[in-house]
Amino acid sequence: MIHSLFIINSQGDVFLEKHWRSIISRSVCDYYLEAQRANGNDINPVIATPHHYLISIQRGGVSYVAVCMEEIPPLFVIEFLHRIVDTFQDYFSDCTESIIKENYVVVYELLDEMLDNGFPLATESNILKELIKPPNILRTIANTVTGKTNVSDILPTGQLSNIPWRRSGVKYTNNEAYFDVIEEVDAIIDKSGATVFAEIQGYIDCCIKLSGMPDLTLSFINPRLFDDVSFHPCVRYKRWEAEKLLSFIPPDGNFRLISYHIGSQSVVAIPIYVRHNLSIKTGEQARLDLTVGPKQTLGRTVEGVKLEVLMPKCILNCVLTANQGKYNFDPVSKILHWDVGRIDVTKLPNIRGSVSIASGSNTAEINPSINVHFTISQLAVSGLKVNRLDMYGEKYKPFKGVKYITKAGRFQIRM
Amino acid sequence: MTDSKYFTTTKKGEIFELKSELNNDKKEKKKEAVKKVIASMTVGKDVSALFPDVVNCMQTDNLELKKLVYLYLMNYAKSQPDMAIMAVNTFVKDCEDPNPLIRALAVRTMGCIRVDKITEYLCEPLRKCLKDEDPYVRKTAAVCVAKLYDISSGLVEDQGFLEQLKELLSDSNPMVVANAVAALSEINESSPTGQPLVELSTSTINKLLTALNECTEWGQVFILDSLSNYTPRDEREAQSICERITPRLAHANAAVVLSAVKVLIKMMEILAGDTEFCSTLSKKLAPPLVTLLSSEPEVQYVALRNINLIVQKKPDILKHEMKVFFVKYNDPIYVKLEKLDIMIRLASQANIAQVLSELKEYATEVDVDFVRKAVRAIGRCAIKVEPSAERCVSTLLDLIQTKVNYVVQEAIVVIKDIFRNWWNSTANALNCFGFSPKIRTDSKQAWTKYVGKEAEKMYPAPDKRWCSIAVWEPAQNPPIEPIAVSRVAITMSIRVGSMLKCSVSPRFSSEAIRIVMVIVHNFAPCSCQTLSDRKVGLLVDEDYIVAFAVSCNGTGDGHETIRVNYGFVHAHELGQALFQFQMHVCGSYTFSIINTSCKRKYPNKYESIISTLCENLDTLDEPEARASMVWIIGEYAERIDNADELLDSFLEGFADENAQVQLQLLTAVVKLFLKRPQHTQGLVQHVLSLATQDSDNPDLRDRGFIYWRLLSTDPAAAKEVVLADKPLISEETDLLEPTLLDELICHISSLASVYHKPPTAFVEGRSAGIRKTLPARQGSGDETTTTAEATVIPSQDSLIGDLLSMDLGSTVPAAAAPMAAPTSNVDLLGGGLDVLLGSGAPDLSGSVAPSTTGLLGDIFGLTSAPAMYTPPKTCWLPAEKGKGLEIYGTFSRRAGQISMDMTLTNKAMQFRSGASHPLTVPALQPGQSLEYSLALNTTGPVQRMDPLTTLQVAIKNNVDVFYYACQMPIQILFTEDGTLDKRVFLTTWRDIPSANEVQYTINDIKGTTDSISNKMTQNNIFTIAKRNVEGQDMLYQSLKLTNNIWVLLELKLQPGVTTATLSLKSRSVEVAPYVFQAYESIVRN
Repeated sequence: MIHSLFIINSQGDVFLEKHWRSIISRSVCDYYLEAQRANGNDINPVIATPHHYLISIQRGGVSYVAVCMEEIPPLFVIEFLHRIVDTFQDYFSDCTESIIKENYVVVYELLDEMLDNGFPLATESNILKELIKPPNILRTIANTVTGKTNVSDILPTGQLSNIPWRRSGVKYTNNEAYFDVIEEVDAIIDKSGATVFAEIQGYIDCCIKLSGMPDLTLSFINPRLFDDVSFHPCVRYKRWEAEKLLSFIPPDGNFRLISYHIGSQSVVAIPIYVRHNLSIKTGEQARLDLTVGPKQTLGRTVEGVKLEVLMPKCILNCVLTANQGKYNFDPVSKILHWDVGRIDVTKLPNIRGSVSIASGSNTAEINPSINVHFTISQLAVSGLKVNRLDMYGEKYKPFKGVKYITKAGRFQIRM
Repeated sequence: MTDSKYFTTTKKGEIFELKSELNNDKKEKKKEAVKKVIASMTVGKDVSALFPDVVNCMQTDNLELKKLVYLYLMNYAKSQPDMAIMAVNTFVKDCEDPNPLIRALAVRTMGCIRVDKITEYLCEPLRKCLKDEDPYVRKTAAVCVAKLYDISSGLVEDQGFLEQLKELLSDSNPMVVANAVAALSEINESSPTGQPLVELSTSTINKLLTALNECTEWGQVFILDSLSNYTPRDEREAQSICERITPRLAHANAAVVLSAVKVLIKMMEILAGDTEFCSTLSKKLAPPLVTLLSSEPEVQYVALRNINLIVQKKPDILKHEMKVFFVKYNDPIYVKLEKLDIMIRLASQANIAQVLSELKEYATEVDVDFVRKAVRAIGRCAIKVEPSAERCVSTLLDLIQTKVNYVVQEAIVVIKDIFRNWWNSTANALNCFGFSPKIRTDSKQAWTKYVGKEAEKMYPAPDKRWCSIAVWEPAQNPPIEPIAVSRVAITMSIRVGSMLKCSVSPRFSSEAIRIVMVIVHNFAPCSCQTLSDRKVGLLVDEDYIVAFAVSCNGTGDGHETIRVNYGFVHAHELGQALFQFQMHVCGSYTFSIINTSCKRKYPNKYESIISTLCENLDTLDEPEARASMVWIIGEYAERIDNADELLDSFLEGFADENAQVQLQLLTAVVKLFLKRPQHTQGLVQHVLSLATQDSDNPDLRDRGFIYWRLLSTDPAAAKEVVLADKPLISEETDLLEPTLLDELICHISSLASVYHKPPTAFVEGRSAGIRKTLPARQGSGDETTTTAEATVIPSQDSLIGDLLSMDLGSTVPAAAAPMAAPTSNVDLLGGGLDVLLGSGAPDLSGSVAPSTTGLLGDIFGLTSAPAMYTPPKTCWLPAEKGKGLEIYGTFSRRAGQISMDMTLTNKAMQFRSGASHPLTVPALQPGQSLEYSLALNTTGPVQRMDPLTTLQVAIKNNVDVFYYACQMPIQILFTEDGTLDKRVFLTTWRDIPSANEVQYTINDIKGTTDSISNKMTQNNIFTIAKRNVEGQDMLYQSLKLTNNIWVLLELKLQPGVTTATLSLKSRSVEVAPYVFQAYESIVRN
């Protein structure tokens, strides 16, 4: 199981260590730092050292390195590390080096509550929040006055119930349930504009503030779309199997209800296209011309469009004019950023200009790739639609809302 | 206010200041002080000096303060055991507290304090807590049992905690069940015998399955992992388990999904493959695996490593999902490389066009490493999907046109391999075998069948393959057979890279030489690398040395191996040997290795390409690319008009070339000469003189001399050797061995699946763990069991040790894999001996040669000069106990193989044997003795013996079954790779706690430090460093046991004094007394 955790900043300093068993010297992190020096940010998540295994994740420029000594499912550790970071973010609204340093004691208490002897103990955020109250200024002041502490001295009720994700006695004056259907399009488009590969990775994130123990049922108009689904533990799998609807007692607050995957059965609509042209005029000059336009958007506007063009090493500089948005070219990383904004169908965004190439370089090598970002609100590109939401178990009438967003996931165009 | 304030203390006397604050009367002050202490602790500052003051704060009703003090205690109790005792009372009191949170906290903290004195007090409270009314306390207590087991396993067993833990498996609360499972699996994992302490029964399985639905995600992982160790009784049960587990595939936690996949794949082994249930199940597996690939890169990486195993085992599951493995340019490099590997595995004729266009795309990316791998991948596709070879080559040519330097170089290396393989498909060594006219039709058929199907399937288990060859051989033994056998064996073993196995049998040796020669010339450096990786431990005669020397060409260290291992081979002697070798070739070159009349399957297919390749000659600057290009020119010299000019231009800079290129040049010129002798004589003389006279590289010189003599004595023979057909490069070479694959499939989702190694290979001291095998399909194991029955002793008697484990592989259910009597792993030495002795004795089936001890000893004395110390034979089974059969025996280690040498003597009147098939001992005449050597392996399940080195043996003859136990000297378990790097030695020595150090004094030492060190090295105890301190010689030595336990030693010797002090450090100190025994026996002999 997990023996120790080291949290390392981007400079390679260990700024927090926690041991759940005997103390392991922090020199073990040298192996990790060595890998970091050798590979930059692409550090293999599982590193074997003579006596330990280092399983690590990186989030927000901070590395979380778990040390294990025996056979263990690495995904278990990786998932757990992500959970730790999620919890920190939940508690401190962000998870950076300075925030962790500011909250050392709470962090330490949390880590101790989350793992016992390397075994996960309490990882549900609502239980943790009952055991250790998140810091806020009001409470800190109140505590100083009354002598109370941030640590609860009674056992949280949810801990052992059959619905550990929900605490009892929730009360709200306004009962609300919001659902965000978010779909990310992952795609690879080749030079000619043909789709090499496309799939949709979707999520339904909820923000549910309902009193008592509501029992919700969410149904879709077209549930057969999904290739694969992963549920929050609260979803009753049997009803999904039988009726293709989501029946659940929700956790309190924000959570991800379901994530799904659409790709192999259905054709994925590609909402955007980029017309590109890079023509080499002389040995050292080339012309670049990019035009962005909407494709299959069902009449919705494409917003937040950003293009990142990864230029080959031999490109020295770009002098371009854009009819919309701003651009910049970083000559070190060779990335051309073009922040387009929203696409106006009447006047398609275009950027053109000249590109200078290092003399004597091999022009056959020039094949940039474009990473595209965009969002389309009020559209789920797969065509998924929520049918209705019913609530049982409580008498009040909740306020319900569903929002659809389509975004670019890893959307790449090869030039 | 944030916690950072806890670091702002004044410079002077930080500790002092904290101390006074801790002793403050005000609770608030105290709490703040403890927080400061904890904050310092988190960043690694030593605040242990405050121990008594912090412990004083423990008795409080403020829970936060109590928790903080507990946190502190866990960290520092170990360093202050005496002080820690002060806390015991509070702990015991807290365990009785009405608040379950406090009860749980107390029992939890106590378990984390690894101090013996505290542990004693832990038992009572723990017992109570395991039966606590509150499930939260029970669940915490369950984990505490695992903690206690880690500190003192005996205590847990004596106090009956294991029983209590087992009861918790039926607890009403699913969290308690999950934690009990987690604790039990950890205990099983660390149990010294490796035998699971708790067997899962059907009823527990049902309880686990019920708890699975309700417990937390982490609990689900624990439960699924322990379910994967369970083998259901029948298909129905397996099916119902599958049905209940399938919903887990839809869990949001990737770890749960992957563990569920593991259980399902394992269960599918039991189910008949063609049922509808199975096919729906396989269909359900693909989507979750694909979904894992859209998670964070870390999750993707682990998932990809596992998918890599799954596609090898069950290629159908993901065969339609090729596209999800396409690489995005911003994937981390470790993800990219894994995706590439899986793409090649999934490549088939149906999707090859798509794959190739992707690979071509990758070949233009920025990351040089990745580009190279992508180009290599194109080559692998060509080798895997034969019909695509042409298309692959044209893709590669496109890439060459880009003129990007490293792409061109890589492409040339790849094209060489494709040419080799598909230019002349009949070069396939197996076919070549089939063409040989001297083999009878029926045996040809048998062989084709065996080699074509069976061998491909199971070739990675060399032992098994050898057995089949050995078993097959006597059955149809025309005199030609040994040659044939050795040829296939060597071809096969080259592919598996286990040359060593071939060398064991002297009967094969003289033929082997020629074949090795052929292989050397044509397999290019790649196989030489494999050859020299194997340090041949037992050379039979000088011919062999030469063959080996030659085979090691191409890598410098091959020669080194010979020099180190065979000090007697001096340059002069090597020359002699070479000469003899050459005579040998000419004198007895009676059979044809190659079928020169092979038709070409794809005649002239790639000819036009050669010119394109030649255009790129100038740009090649990497040795491998240059060497490949030279190989191509030499190989196709007859088709390249200006081959001589090209080679000549290379020769100009001969001295500046890399050794690899030099070797290839030499061979290429010789090939050219043999193909077009008219105008190339000068060239060949030039290159030979360059190689033999002007070069410092012994490999090059040797190869040069060999060619020279070969050419000057018998050019026809030279032609046959140098221009022989080449065995195919198989795509399968980078597949995992099926047995290993099966084992790894059982470890899906674990570290083993990421490393693609069995846990025994990398988890320290984990020999003990039982190697997992996939369960056999019901009723399919019949054939194996019938053959096995004859020899397998009923295994009820669990005492029979199983180091002699029969390697029947995956077809035998794990539970039934019994201790085997001497069966399949029969040493081939015996069989080979008759040839060496000239007795022929073809009627003696199998591997027993009647001979006297003396002769045998002589042969060994001759061949393996620096032999390991082998203890003299002792009486294992006296005649009166063995009903007239007397057995004397000893253990030895030769060439990495442990064997048991026995002398069987019939002291009774009537005694016939031969009943047990593999140990075919001919009928023993009264009074006759027989030498027998039995190879042992150490891969079977292991049972802890007392003493550790006891080996239980069973011998069966037509009179009775005899059991006896004998002591193995531990040194036969020392492996050849027991050296450690100096630095690793130092850090390991430091890392092992001093509790694991044992000292010992050896008396009666003779000889100098160096001679002792030499003796040790012969016995696989390696001297890492030597130091002289104040007139004493210190030797730092290391050794490794077959079960991967490392033992580090420090030997202190004083010249002129006959006693020496030996300090030993190891993570498993149990071995110490045996190691000391071994030292004594080695030093004195």
